Amino acid sequence: MSDKFDCIIIGAGPSGISCAYKLAKAGLNIVVFERGEYPGSKNVSGGVLYSTVLNKLIPEFWKEAPVERHVTKRRYSILSKDSDIALELTFDSFNNPPYNNSFTVLRSKFDQWFAKKAEDAGAIILTETVVDDFIWKDGKIAGVRARREGGDVFADVIVCAEGANSLLAEKAGLKKKSTDHQMISAAKEIISLPREVIEDRFNLSGDEGVVMEFFGDAVKGMIGSGSIYTNKDSLSVGIGCPISVMKENNMRPNDLLDAFKAHPMVRKFLRGGKTEELSAKMIPEPGYKNLPKFIANGLLIVGDAAGLVNPSLYREGSNMAMASGVIAGEAILEAKEKGDFSEATLNSYVNRLNDSFVMNDLKRYGNAPERLSKMPQLFKEYPEAILKMAEGYFTVSDLPKGEIQQSARKDFKDKISIWKFLWDIYRMKRGIL
Amino acid sequence: MSQESGVRSQERRAENFLQPLEPKTLAEKLYLVRFKTDTESHLKVDPEKCKPCKDRDCLYICPADVYKIDDKENIAISFEACLECGTCRIACEFIEWKNPKGGFGVCYRYG
Repeated sequence: MSDKFDCIIIGAGPSGISCAYKLAKAGLNIVVFERGEYPGSKNVSGGVLYSTVLNKLIPEFWKEAPVERHVTKRRYSILSKDSDIALELTFDSFNNPPYNNSFTVLRSKFDQWFAKKAEDAGAIILTETVVDDFIWKDGKIAGVRARREGGDVFADVIVCAEGANSLLAEKAGLKKKSTDHQMISAAKEIISLPREVIEDRFNLSGDEGVVMEFFGDAVKGMIGSGSIYTNKDSLSVGIGCPISVMKENNMRPNDLLDAFKAHPMVRKFLRGGKTEELSAKMIPEPGYKNLPKFIANGLLIVGDAAGLVNPSLYREGSNMAMASGVIAGEAILEAKEKGDFSEATLNSYVNRLNDSFVMNDLKRYGNAPERLSKMPQLFKEYPEAILKMAEGYFTVSDLPKGEIQQSARKDFKDKISIWKFLWDIYRMKRGIL
Repeated sequence: MSQESGVRSQERRAENFLQPLEPKTLAEKLYLVRFKTDTESHLKVDPEKCKPCKDRDCLYICPADVYKIDDKENIAISFEACLECGTCRIACEFIEWKNPKGGFGVCYRYG
């Protein structure tokens, strides 16, 4: 290994690899340290990849990348104990390239492919290599300390793409350890089913896929959600809630996942399936005002490590990670031209990020989780009351329909203040849509 | 094979996919996950700090139930089954988290 690289990247996930790909293509001398046995071996996502950034990096990537299905259908549903109110949207136009830039993926497979692309472009990917610390020299980060023989490696600039469990970014003083309000804990099972069964059961044809999100009793009325995403011949079935909420309820994540899978409105989708794997991941939701410092002398942080996740109904993490990786790459190329990797020069990363969809969306949606955390009624009292009213409305009896409707509305009004309800809906809309 | 028996065998197969998903205990689920087990734990607690702790959030917050109470009322760590999400480190300020050795720990096949 050479004594000094142009750039060291820590982590072979979407943000690190995007950056490596961009820089290797530009001819820089890049090494990526990945602690797992192979890229993707430590990586988990809910399962949807938005691909606007990837499609610019590798046009028509879907022709070669191991993507599962393109998303043509979205279903949002609110559950009570025994009922379901849902909105389902299907778009045939999403069947045409670029497939609305949304694909379900299995990250252990996808990340391996993506890392190979960076390798083909000239980056060195060193797996089974943990980075434990940075090496500081004259007030600047000059290298990394890897846990292996001859583990001190130096570079002009370091990109920290270590993921949500961001030990190194904290060590570098760019962020404080997240609070339990700022992190979602998510657990997921891969449940296999033959593809014909999936297509029949979810009303899909060919490689069409569906994204289903469940709120309310899906996660026992807590703030959070459950989800089912279709892969080629498996389902990604998961739950996620802020760690603070799990703590308030003494909730075991695996119990919550089992309860979701056993919910009468969910279990029908999973019939005949076979669990193949359990996985768990934290999703950072720091809020716009609590985002970390993105740069230091000789260092940039990207992706989950930087807290770049859109927590709204769009649920965008990997695409933002890739965007930050590419933008970090652009800033590094500019710094290389100047021959200066100080914080002042690397600030162009921050400026470019501010101008991109990443920070625009985080400004708009980043604080949504905090706002929603003050409205727990959205996840429990309201869904229950709405479903009870709907049930009353549709219950067939020999009473005149007018009376039935009146009594259904009365039930609702007895439980919920209409004005507070409308005000909350307005506030929620601002937060998540 | 006659056409009729072909239809019947297809029905039989379809029936399999109408059976409820077989419930699995957490231990059974973890058995499906690939791990390369190290001899040394990457997770540490400080017994002095755990003793007076009343919340003991670590005992339920971990998706893989890594933290348990042993017969001496100490926290026992089954680090071998850690899914490396990091939730415990955020839930409890005293848990010391160090990445497992390179190539060791959880190795997702699907992710």
